[in-house]
Amino acid sequence: MGWFLVKRSLSAVLTLFAVSVLTFLMFFVLPRDPVTGMCPKNCNTERLERVRQELGLSDPKIEQYLGYVKGIFVGRDLGSAQGGHCDAPCLGYSYVNNEPVTDTIARVLPVTLSIVIPAAILWLALGVGLGMVSALRRGTWLDRLAIGFSLTGASLQLYFVGGVLLLVFTYQWGIAPVPHYTPFLDNPIEWAGGLVLPWIALAFLFSAIYARLSRAQMLETLSEDFIRTARAKGMPRSQVYGRHALRAAITPLVTIAGLDIGAALGGTVITETTFGLQGLGRTAVDAVRSGDLPTIMATVLVAAFFIVTANLAVDMLYAAIDPRVRLGS
Amino acid sequence: MSRVGKQRSVPETTSEPRTEPPASEAINADMCFAVNEAAPTIDAATDAAHTEPGPTADDSPPSPSATGVAGRSPAQLTWVRLRRDRTAVVSGIVLAGLLVIALAAPLIEWAYGVGPQEQFQHSLDRFGMPPGYGGGVSGEHWFGLEPGLGRDIFIRMIYGMRTSLLIAFAAATITSAIGVATGVLAGYVGGWVDVLIGWLIDLALALPFLIFALAVVPTVALRFYGPREAVPSGFQVAVLIAIFAVFGWAGTARLVRGQVVSLREREFVDAARASGAGLGHILFRELLPNLWAPILVSFSLAVPAYITAEAALSFLGIGILEPIPDLGRMIERSLGYLQTDPAYVFFPGITIFVVVFAFNLFGDALRDALDPRSSR
Repeated sequence: MGWFLVKRSLSAVLTLFAVSVLTFLMFFVLPRDPVTGMCPKNCNTERLERVRQELGLSDPKIEQYLGYVKGIFVGRDLGSAQGGHCDAPCLGYSYVNNEPVTDTIARVLPVTLSIVIPAAILWLALGVGLGMVSALRRGTWLDRLAIGFSLTGASLQLYFVGGVLLLVFTYQWGIAPVPHYTPFLDNPIEWAGGLVLPWIALAFLFSAIYARLSRAQMLETLSEDFIRTARAKGMPRSQVYGRHALRAAITPLVTIAGLDIGAALGGTVITETTFGLQGLGRTAVDAVRSGDLPTIMATVLVAAFFIVTANLAVDMLYAAIDPRVRLGS
Repeated sequence: MSRVGKQRSVPETTSEPRTEPPASEAINADMCFAVNEAAPTIDAATDAAHTEPGPTADDSPPSPSATGVAGRSPAQLTWVRLRRDRTAVVSGIVLAGLLVIALAAPLIEWAYGVGPQEQFQHSLDRFGMPPGYGGGVSGEHWFGLEPGLGRDIFIRMIYGMRTSLLIAFAAATITSAIGVATGVLAGYVGGWVDVLIGWLIDLALALPFLIFALAVVPTVALRFYGPREAVPSGFQVAVLIAIFAVFGWAGTARLVRGQVVSLREREFVDAARASGAGLGHILFRELLPNLWAPILVSFSLAVPAYITAEAALSFLGIGILEPIPDLGRMIERSLGYLQTDPAYVFFPGITIFVVVFAFNLFGDALRDALDPRSSR
């Protein structure tokens, strides 16, 4: 077990390292001139030259990269125009937003978390529940309804569903407010009201996929010998399904759910754009449009961090549940 | 013998081509007749008898020895199963229709009489909105007009579908090729090659696709073109396909690798190795033919995934740029008019849904046909 954990953690760190190098190369080495677009308004060559100087773009590339990594772990000193010293998780300074990137991330991250976590709870409950029920009632109208739902949902697009939801619930019926973000601690009801449409949109599409997956898993599990054994020894139906089958069927779903949630935490780009919410994904889009390199770089890194961490967490959870994983390979 | 009768019944009018060949039968008859135009009818009859392929061949793809009843190849079996599956037939017909529409876009433009870049601002009201109901739907403009620019939505959707399908098919082909090559190599050779490829697969799957693509596309464009220069359409398409290739190969590679690992130890591979076959022969002649089923399925499900991804990138304002018609960007534009022109969002939205839905259904049906054990 110990060895498996060490191996997986090392591989995760290596992956993050590779992502950071790739991103760095992509944004600071590949472009002709990384500072183009970094100050969209009233920019003269003099100012651009200063920006170049402050970012240390004339230094060797490796030194630039090491400086960036050092900033993340121990903090670094930036030029006076970039706010002087930058504390430990330092992701650089954005000339477009006129603030350290860490501040931007800290401001927008709660928005993404508020969208993803309740939506994930919704889609897991709805999707897995629907899948299980339709597997147990195989061939009935309920099953057929669930299959239709999951087939349709899997082919729909978030932006289209989001647009239709906005159109119907906000503009036509006026039931839901225009989506907006209020911090949970300020006013929980306002918080939920402003985010209910994105939750529904995400939950609808994802639960379609989960319903399909969990139905297939459950059907496979139900056909296995241990279920028949449990039934044969006279165990009540509810106990067989609830205790034996559900547990076995849900394990693979944990993997997929972990990965999906990890990816979503890295920025629900489309959802945020559709509903006009300023989360991580929307920030990344804005940064790309304004050529704000430090912010782009930071959003990619944060997103990759979530994905890699989710991967690792899932693997560990899996190793804890299923002994074959840590013994094999 | 109805075919012969048909040939006899069109004696004088053969010089002008028929406009509506209803089925393959009629096309066959036409072709036979064209060859033997000057010959007497007896010749035509014998010729028809030659090409008459026998009763069973209608159910199977043409093959040189399709005379007997016994011995169907896996491909023929799949074909028969597909034809029996109602979902497969319907979605297949829809897909074929969509492909024809996409390929024939210039023809449709010619018949419809409106180009994708033509603006009909004089038809809009003074707020720049299309008049009437449903976003200005009329006999002249079937799906109405775009608010603001006043371009025709129908013809832009036809062209948008063309862009979308072109990118999706190209990307799916390239990613499948890369994925199969790397997957077979990793699975068969093993050792450090497997470790390296496995790690690359993990890396590709760990990159946050949308955000990464979001960041890469403009950077690459900026590398080759200045910030004020217009980026040519071919370049935009190429960049998108390349991005999909970089990210998409990993899934196929992992799938193929797993299959190869389980096939590697089988007797027929041992036999090939023992008789002195080279690496290339074993990989592509022995292993690959056993992998067609999963590859085909993953290909057919990759196409709708790329359609979705392309539309998403264009929705975010980086894939395909104005003025090239594109479904994703159309939705992005339409969201700004949700309150004033609600019909606008539905045309591109439903189109993408239908395309993706048809592909997904067909992909599922194909999987069932290729492997009947994997019942849904």
